[in-house]
Amino acid sequence: MDYVIILALQICSAVASLVLISLGLAVIFGMMRVINLAHGEFLMLGGYAAITAFNKGVNLWLAMLVVAPLTVGLFGVVVERLVIRHLYGRLIDTMLATWGLSLAMIGFVTVVFGNTVSGISAPLGSLTIGAYRTGAYEVFLIFVALVLLAAGWSVLRYTRLGLIARGTMQNAGMAAALGVSPSLVYAVTFGIGAALSGLVGGLLAPLSGVVPTIGAAYIAKAFITVISGGAAILSGTAIASGLLGTINTAATFAFTPVIGEVALLIAAVILLRILPQGITGRFFRRAL
Amino acid sequence: MTTPILETRGLTMRFGGVLAVNGVDFRLQEAELRCLIGPNGAGKSTFFKCLTGQLKPTSGEVLFRDQNIAGALSYAIARHGMGIKTQVPSVFDGLSVRENVWLAAARVHPGRMAERKAEEAMQRVGIGHIGHRIVGQLAHGQRQLVELAMVVAPEPDLILLDEPAAGMTDDEVDRLVELIKELNKSHALVVVEHDMQFIRRVAKTVTVFHQGAILVEGDVADILRDARVRDVYLGKQAA
Amino acid sequence: MSRVLPMAGNLAVLLVGLGVLFGLPAYAETYLIINATIFASFAILAVSLALIWGYAGILCFGQAAFFGLGGYTYAVAAINFGDTTGAAVLAVALPAMFAALLGYFMFWGRISDVYLGVITLTVSLILYRFVNQTAGEEWNIGQAPLGGFNGIPSTPILNWPGQPGEQLAPENIFSLAVGLLILVYFGCKALLATKFGRIVVAIRENETRVELLGYDARVYKLTIFVIGGALAGLSGLMFANSVFVSPTMFSLPVSGQIIIWVIIGGLGTLIGPVIGCIMMQVLTNWLGTLNQVPGFGWVDPNLVLGVILVVFVLLVPRGLTALVSDTYGWLAQRLRSRPPTAEPDAAAQPETAP
Repeated sequence: MDYVIILALQICSAVASLVLISLGLAVIFGMMRVINLAHGEFLMLGGYAAITAFNKGVNLWLAMLVVAPLTVGLFGVVVERLVIRHLYGRLIDTMLATWGLSLAMIGFVTVVFGNTVSGISAPLGSLTIGAYRTGAYEVFLIFVALVLLAAGWSVLRYTRLGLIARGTMQNAGMAAALGVSPSLVYAVTFGIGAALSGLVGGLLAPLSGVVPTIGAAYIAKAFITVISGGAAILSGTAIASGLLGTINTAATFAFTPVIGEVALLIAAVILLRILPQGITGRFFRRAL
Repeated sequence: MTTPILETRGLTMRFGGVLAVNGVDFRLQEAELRCLIGPNGAGKSTFFKCLTGQLKPTSGEVLFRDQNIAGALSYAIARHGMGIKTQVPSVFDGLSVRENVWLAAARVHPGRMAERKAEEAMQRVGIGHIGHRIVGQLAHGQRQLVELAMVVAPEPDLILLDEPAAGMTDDEVDRLVELIKELNKSHALVVVEHDMQFIRRVAKTVTVFHQGAILVEGDVADILRDARVRDVYLGKQAA
Repeated sequence: MSRVLPMAGNLAVLLVGLGVLFGLPAYAETYLIINATIFASFAILAVSLALIWGYAGILCFGQAAFFGLGGYTYAVAAINFGDTTGAAVLAVALPAMFAALLGYFMFWGRISDVYLGVITLTVSLILYRFVNQTAGEEWNIGQAPLGGFNGIPSTPILNWPGQPGEQLAPENIFSLAVGLLILVYFGCKALLATKFGRIVVAIRENETRVELLGYDARVYKLTIFVIGGALAGLSGLMFANSVFVSPTMFSLPVSGQIIIWVIIGGLGTLIGPVIGCIMMQVLTNWLGTLNQVPGFGWVDPNLVLGVILVVFVLLVPRGLTALVSDTYGWLAQRLRSRPPTAEPDAAAQPETAP
C-alpha cells in the first residue's frame, strides 16, 4: 500500500514538474505562436535570481516567489521589445533569434557566476509514508502546479485580460478590435510567460541547483510537452504532462532515468505521428 | 449514356459545424466543358479541394474514371490525370517561368522531351517570351498564365480551373478563352469563374453552387436567365 | 552572365580547394594541419545543413545528432573490428538509417517546420544526455567503452584499407578530409542540378504545388534528409579522426554552430556556409586564445556566438553571400548610373585623406 502511494506520488511529481517547466513556454507559444528556444535559460535565470537574492539575505520564499519571477519577467519584456518584436510572423527566425539569445545568456551567466553549480537546500524537510520517505518540498511543488493551472484557467475564463488573451489566440486582429494594441498584448504575454519561467526556475533551484547550462536539461521535456499538448495552453499542457510524465516515471522505475527520458521522447514522436497538431489540435479544441 | 470521367456521389465536407460542401452529386462526361458559378462562399473552391485531395472529404465518393479517389493524397490523384489551377496562383515564386513549367512537364516526360513539352506549353499560353523571368516578380495575370502552363504541360485528362481570368488583361483573357476552347477538344474541363462575360464566352453547360450544394444545372443561356440564380447572386435567400 | 559566372565560380572553388589540398601540407606544421582537418570536417557538416535547410527548406536543429552518431559509430566499430574500413562505411550508413527513421516519422506525420525543428533539437539533446551517462562497464559495446562524459579518447585512426595497423599520417587524414569536402561540395552541386535536386528546391518554394503536380513530396524530403544525415555522419567520421569522439559532438552548441555557419554564409548557397564555417572557426579559435589574454577573460565563446546569431537574424537574415552580391549589384548600378564627368575626384578622395 505504501509502495502504491509513493509510486502515485512519484508520478504526480513527474507530471507536476512537466507542467511547471512547460507552462511559461506554453503561454508564449499558445498566445504568440513563438517558440522560445531560450526558455531553458529563462528557467536558469530564475534559479540564479532566487539563489543570488537568498545569498544576499532575502527570505528564501520571497526570493523564489517574488524576486525570481520579477527579474525574469522584466528581462522578458526587454527581450520582446529589442528582438522578438521585429520577428513576428517569422516563426523560424524567432526560433533562431531566441536560440542565439539562449547561447548568449549561457555565455553571460558563465562570465558572471562561473561555470560551477550553486545551490540552496530544499525547505520543508521530509515526509514519511510507511517505510518510505520523500521530500515535502516535492509535494509542495505538485500543489504549486495545481494552483498555477487553476489560476491560469480562472484568469483566462473570468477576467478582461483573459478575454483579450483568448481573442488574440483566435485571431491577432481581435485584440485591436477590443481596443487594445496587439503590440502591448504581445509584450505583456511575453513578460508573463517569462515571469512564469522565472518563478519555476526559482522554485526548482533548491532541487537541482543551478549551473549556466542547466536550461538544456529542461527544454527538451518542455518542448515535447508543449508540442504534444497542442494549441490549448492549459489543458494541452496538463494532458500532455499527465501522459508523458506517467510514461517517464514508469520507464524510470523499470530502467534508468535516462531510459525514462528516451521513452518520453519516443512516446512524443509517435504521438505526433498520429496527431500532428498535438492532443488538443485534434480533441478538446475548444479547451483553454 | 457513356461513363462519366468524373462523378461525385453525396460528396460532403464539414468544417466544425459548417457544411461547406453538402451532399453534391456531380457528373462530367469525357471531353465536356463545365462552368461552376455561385456566390462567394458557395463551396466551389472547397469542392475542388476535395477533388484534388487537398482536403479529405467528410463523406461521399469521388469517382475519377470509375475509381474512388475520395481521401487519396493529392500527388496520387495528380498522377491519375487530374490537373488544377488553384484560386490563388500556386507557383514556385523563387524559380524562373521555364523551371516552373519544366517541373510540371518532367513528371510525365523524360529528359529532352520534358524541355520540349514545357516550351510548347509556354507557347500555348503565350508566355514563351518571359521564360527566363523569376515568377515571384511577375504581375498577377502573368502568374495565372504560368500556373496555367503548368497545368497544361503534363496533359492531364481532366483540368480544373479556379478563377483563371482573375487579374488578367483583356488580351490575356481573349487568349485564355481560345486556350480553353482548344483544350476542350481533347480534355474535360471544369471552370470556376465569377465573370459572367467570361462564362458567356466559354460555357455550354453551367452548374450553380449555392450554400455548398448544387442549386441548378443546365444550358448556359437558360441558367443566366433563371430567376433563382439571379436571386442567389443578389443575395436573396433561395426558395 | 547567367552561364559564365557560375562556371567561373565553380572553377575558382575547385582551384582554391585543390590549392589547399596540395599546398598546405607542404608548408604547414602538424598542429596547423590537424586544425585544418577539423575545419574541413566541419565544412562538410556545414554543407550537409546547407543542403537540407538552404535548398530543401528543412530546418534541422539536430544536425549534431548525426554528426555525433557518425563519430561514435566509427569509434565503436573500429575498436571492435580492428580494421577501420568497415567502420568508416558504418559511420556514414548508421546516421543515414537513423535519419531515415526520424524522417519517416516527421515527414509522413506531415508535421510543420517549427515542430520539425523542435523534434530534431530534442532528439540530439536526448542523445547527448544518454551518451553523457554511459560511463562504466555496463555501457561497453563489445570491446569499446562508451566512456560517458569523457568520450572515447582511444578512438582509432583510419588505416589503409585492408591493412590494419597501417595508420594514416595526419597529412593523409588532412588530404582525405579536404578531398572529401571537395567531392561532397561538387557532388551536392551536381545533385541539385538533377531532376531530383530541382524538385527538392521546388518543395522548398511550394510544397502544395509539387504535390498537385504529382510528385510525392514526402519521398523527396526524406531522401534529401537522409543524404544530409549521411554527410553529417561522414563529417563526424573525419572529426573523430582529427580529435576523438566525446558527448560534446551531440551538444547544443554544436547544433547551434552549424546553424550559425549556414545563416552567416547565406541560405540557398553551398559555398556561403563553407566560408561561414571557416570564418566562425577561426573566430572561435581566436576567442579561445583571447581568453588567456589579461583583461579579456570575460570573453565567452557562447556569448559571442549567441550575439552574432541574434544580430544576423535581425539585420542580415540572408547571410553574407547575399550581402556581398547585393552590395556588388548596388555598386554596379551606382557606377553605371553616375554621369561620367560628375565628381571626378570622388574616387581619389580616400587616398588624399590623412
